[in-house]
Amino acid sequence: METPNLNYINQLARGDEEVKKTLINVIKTEFPGEEKEYVNSIKEKDFKKIEDNVHRLKHKFSILGLENNYKMANDFEHNLRECSFKGQQDFEKALIIISKYLQTI
Amino acid sequence: MNCIVIDDENMARVIIRTLCDQIESLNLVEEFSDAIQAIKFLNENKVDLIFLDIHMPNFSGLDFIKTLKNPPKIIFTTSDPQFAIEAFEYDFIVDYLLKPIELPRFQKAISKVKKTQIQSAIPAKETNKDSVENDFYINIDRRLIKIDLPTIYLIEAKGDYINIKTEDKNYVVHSTLKKIEEKLPESLFLKVHRSYIINLKKIIDIEDNSVLIKKDVVPVSRSKRPELMKRLDLL
Repeated sequence: METPNLNYINQLARGDEEVKKTLINVIKTEFPGEEKEYVNSIKEKDFKKIEDNVHRLKHKFSILGLENNYKMANDFEHNLRECSFKGQQDFEKALIIISKYLQTI
Repeated sequence: MNCIVIDDENMARVIIRTLCDQIESLNLVEEFSDAIQAIKFLNENKVDLIFLDIHMPNFSGLDFIKTLKNPPKIIFTTSDPQFAIEAFEYDFIVDYLLKPIELPRFQKAISKVKKTQIQSAIPAKETNKDSVENDFYINIDRRLIKIDLPTIYLIEAKGDYINIKTEDKNYVVHSTLKKIEEKLPESLFLKVHRSYIINLKKIIDIEDNSVLIKKDVVPVSRSKRPELMKRLDLL
């Protein structure tokens, strides 16, 4: 199982703690709202909205170094375009992992 | 280089801003969460470069570029490699960056933009020369005769004179190849030998070190042959 990390953020910040703090704050602030929007769109079974939310969230997967989960999210996004929920469970597992991780940083 | 970023995701815009801050020549002047706002801005402001997301709700990056009349250079920033082929159909798209964008890859894209700016500056000068000087006048027996440049197929040095051969007539003028060469558009003419300038569009065939133009066989210097071959549209 992949674990989230700050490698990309560290690389981007290049030792600048302020930049690192800004980037982490953006993720910590945005992620809960985006996750909530995703859950709501699932309830509404609105494929277009779900797809847009998955697209937005998957970028955060890659920022947090979850490469395999990113690919999985990508597949899920494509399945949604064909009105299929295949990949939903794995995607939601990754959301839980990220939520927990964000509480630690 | 003044640039803007268009991306519906705040995180993506923050990352682009962070990357731009690390490159001295970049000045990020504005950020937009949707492309329609950016169109209004571009109508009133000149920018050199746009970092553009493709997948945006309402109005995609690909829709956006179709609205631009005089597009600046554009770098696509996206999570989807599937649009790459379509993106490169436009000559103002310089690069295609996949998220998450890393600094070395970003720097490479900016270098590409700088290169294309230099390259586009050179043809602009040539085009200008082509459009302004589409003809010139020669002085023969105190009479000024207008010659349309595209009708010239060969100019030959003859001592203190040059023989300008056009589709209709030949003109012998007191001048030098060097002088006339300065007046000719580089895109159309090439000095292939110290005594000959040819119109590249009029070449019938090339064989070893000579060119057939109309009925004239023109020698090509060994030193000029690579330039000639470079200028031809070879299959």
